[in-house]
Amino acid sequence: MSATFLGMPGNFPQNAAEAVQNSQLRYNLRKATHTIRGKRANVVGELPDWQELRAAGKAIKDDTLRHLDRYLLQLEEAVTRAGGHVHWARDADEANRIVTRLVQATGESEVVKVKSMATQEIGLNEALAAHGITAYETDLAELIVQLGDDFPSHILVPAIHRNRAEIREIFLDKMRPVPADLTDEPRALAEAARLHLRERFLKSKVAVSGANFMIAETGTLVVLESEGNGRMCLTLPETLISVVGIEKLLPSWRDLEVFLQLLPRSSTGERMNPYTSMWTGSAEGQDFHLVLLDNGRTNVLADEVGRQALRCIRCSACLNVCPVYERAGGHAYGSVYPGPIGAILTPQLRGMSSDLDASLPYASSLCGACYEVCPVAIDIPEVLVDLRAKVRHAPAERVGMRVAGWILNDEVRLAKAQRLATRFRKVVPKRLPGPLSAWTDTRDLPEIPEESFRDWWERNERA
Amino acid sequence: MSARDEILARVRRAVEGAPEVAIPRGYRTATQVADLVGLFAERVDDYRAVVHVLPAAEVPGKVAELVAGRRMVVPEGLPAEWRVPGAVAGDSVTELDAADGVITCCAVAIAETGTIVLDSGPGQGRRAQTLVPDYHLCVVRADQIVAGVPEAVARLDPVRPLTWISGPSATSDIELNRVEGVHGPRTLEVIIST
Repeated sequence: MSATFLGMPGNFPQNAAEAVQNSQLRYNLRKATHTIRGKRANVVGELPDWQELRAAGKAIKDDTLRHLDRYLLQLEEAVTRAGGHVHWARDADEANRIVTRLVQATGESEVVKVKSMATQEIGLNEALAAHGITAYETDLAELIVQLGDDFPSHILVPAIHRNRAEIREIFLDKMRPVPADLTDEPRALAEAARLHLRERFLKSKVAVSGANFMIAETGTLVVLESEGNGRMCLTLPETLISVVGIEKLLPSWRDLEVFLQLLPRSSTGERMNPYTSMWTGSAEGQDFHLVLLDNGRTNVLADEVGRQALRCIRCSACLNVCPVYERAGGHAYGSVYPGPIGAILTPQLRGMSSDLDASLPYASSLCGACYEVCPVAIDIPEVLVDLRAKVRHAPAERVGMRVAGWILNDEVRLAKAQRLATRFRKVVPKRLPGPLSAWTDTRDLPEIPEESFRDWWERNERA
Repeated sequence: MSARDEILARVRRAVEGAPEVAIPRGYRTATQVADLVGLFAERVDDYRAVVHVLPAAEVPGKVAELVAGRRMVVPEGLPAEWRVPGAVAGDSVTELDAADGVITCCAVAIAETGTIVLDSGPGQGRRAQTLVPDYHLCVVRADQIVAGVPEAVARLDPVRPLTWISGPSATSDIELNRVEGVHGPRTLEVIIST
């Protein structure tokens, strides 16, 4: 995964410490995440077989990953048979080159886009811009982010950090045409976006999308959306280019019966999202190109514990319940994938060489709420703990752990260490110096007792 | 090595020796609903779409009443008894943009989720025809309504382009509250013919 997302350098604790000072951000996030939590709980509660659907979803995705090679070939054949073209991209650069070339071949210099995590991950808009091609985001939240020259902070609602008043300001400032008497009523804001994009939809020749699902058996692609911007992009232009991660597959058509129940209810907390489009190859004479993207996914797949992150269907339920996300916001994660899923996906996709990526497995209190709501039962805490063990730790920490191990491994050494600690208990500082201060800055050092339990036991047994 | 071969080789290396997976399908696939029409009507109404439940004989009259004064797009294969005056064929985007609405049938409807599915079959039109006009009137026959999502998936043919519609165009992008009316038809009206 290329480091195209430069929203916040540094590391998670620093970013989070800054973000929690922003009271407007905390208010906006609290309001939005609590709204969606309630809605999700209601519609999930309506289904008596939710846990059965969840178990099926998990197993279907695991089976997909187990035989990913076979299913990818099956998909390629089905898409090609239906008149589509399939391209393979090892990494972000290769995917960007393919899409750029395809757009150039149409002779167009503008494309409309349906919200897609994959194209954000590879920095497609920037790559196209470098070749004089302008990409217009059409999803309302993406539009808010693009117009505000901002970074997305949520998987489903990239502008979740903005409230209606802020959105109005951005529209008045940057959107053309814009109604002069624009209010901050959500309905008026949506109407303004409709006016702004209408002409563009009707005349655009090329669209770029992602996909929520691809069916290996039939070659069908599936996009779930709400506004109709997806349908506009998927059906009106003459050329459609879809960039999709290789893990987005489902083996059979029938599998949609599970995921079309799991995703909308987990994501927007609705029984069903307003629009879902499904097409196979070249639909209604459209020129269709599918770009299959690896970009680090096969590295994740090779990790026995971490590969479950590839089950993710990008619903963002884990973000909405996470106490850390609710307070720190999405930008602190420094990736297009924020929240609990981002904390396990980003370090695996990009590797943990940067300070930021190495800090992400710690961006959690391990409370487990994310696991509980995950529609495909990704055990996020398990992966976090596993990644923590793989992170390269600071020298002081490594030395400290080695010393602790040496002492704890031998009862005589432990007893001596305890007596030593007891003797100096009055002079042990409340806050530790140097690199150890990272611990005591946010936690109390435990009180050292006058006498260790071992000594007490020894004394009382003897008596 | 081509990108294709390299990715496939990486996948094979990554999953080598991983266990096979059995898929438990213990969820509901044939739900019994006493009043399918009632449940469907209630769920469509929840999305703030307009719903009418009428005996088949009264449908043409209702259609005439609803389309009066509107320049309607009429897709091929729409039942002839719904006479829509001054119908627009709606072949070009400009024509569609100038129309006031569109009238269609559907392929299947889902009671539990209040969803109608179009598959471009007779009377359903090309996908653009139900997208560009601001008003969509859909006539659903009672026998097209199934209980849940699995029943609908089983009835559909993935080779056809499919559009699943649950209420009018909406967004949850502002403070995660659903607001109707963005790019798709802002008014969805459904007649259930019993």
